[in-house]
Amino acid sequence: MTQTWQVRDEAQMIASILAGDSQQFHQLIRPYERSLYVMALSLLRNEADAEDAAQEACLKAYRNLASFRADSKFSTWLVSITLNVARNRLRRNQLTHMESLDIPPDEQGHVSPSLLRDWREVPSEVLERAEVRLILRKAIVALPEIYREVFLLRDVEELSIKETAETLGVSEASVKVRLHRARTMLQKTLAPELKNLVPQKGRWFPWL
Amino acid sequence: MVIDCKHVWNNISGYLDGTLDPTVLQQVQKHLEHCGICSAILDSTRNILILTADERVFELPLGYSDRLHARLEAEIQGMSLSPDGG
Repeated sequence: MTQTWQVRDEAQMIASILAGDSQQFHQLIRPYERSLYVMALSLLRNEADAEDAAQEACLKAYRNLASFRADSKFSTWLVSITLNVARNRLRRNQLTHMESLDIPPDEQGHVSPSLLRDWREVPSEVLERAEVRLILRKAIVALPEIYREVFLLRDVEELSIKETAETLGVSEASVKVRLHRARTMLQKTLAPELKNLVPQKGRWFPWL
Repeated sequence: MVIDCKHVWNNISGYLDGTLDPTVLQQVQKHLEHCGICSAILDSTRNILILTADERVFELPLGYSDRLHARLEAEIQGMSLSPDGG
């Protein structure tokens, strides 16, 4: 089976855009539109702000395309720009509203998972229910920022550990530690809530 | 070497990513074979990661892509007009 039609030569696309074929920029960013929105939303926690930040990031990327260095991936670069745009907005909002700044969570702190005796698989069909999607979004957004970013890049946007580290400008070891904490925190919050969505062992009476 | 539950919890993320070194991996696997609690923690974590990665969790606003490309197009048009180009 050939998959050549799927292969995108982004270096070539970027070279063409810089040489004057500006319209190709639309195609260049298309696969990443969703990631940009999700990353901006996770920081800004507001849909309109997230959309605006994603747009601003794309415009910035377009204007600064000549400064893109081919030793990193275009997607990594684009997501970093989005995170910077979102962080700047966040900082501005925090200053305006005089909110307390996030205290960086203790990197050494230990997080314990939620203890369960057994686990019944929660099927993806439950995501058809809006309240379940909300439970998941709330849990993700409630993660401290440094964990939230790593979790979204790695587990939602499916970047590798190396790419996640590059995007955030942190070490791979740091990504692994933060990812572990984020996953444990989510398990701790979500496991008890999701458990109630599927019938558990010993409580299933088909004749009733 | 027998390892305790806490040691397994500390390695769950690495276990899911396949990044544990062979000795630790073997210890964790052995522990999971007989520990129902750790198995449930592993299964629930894996399950939660599948659910949270689903595209339905974060829905894009209606018309998001169109608005993004429209704004970009305005930028491209604006920038491609060189000052001396006409």
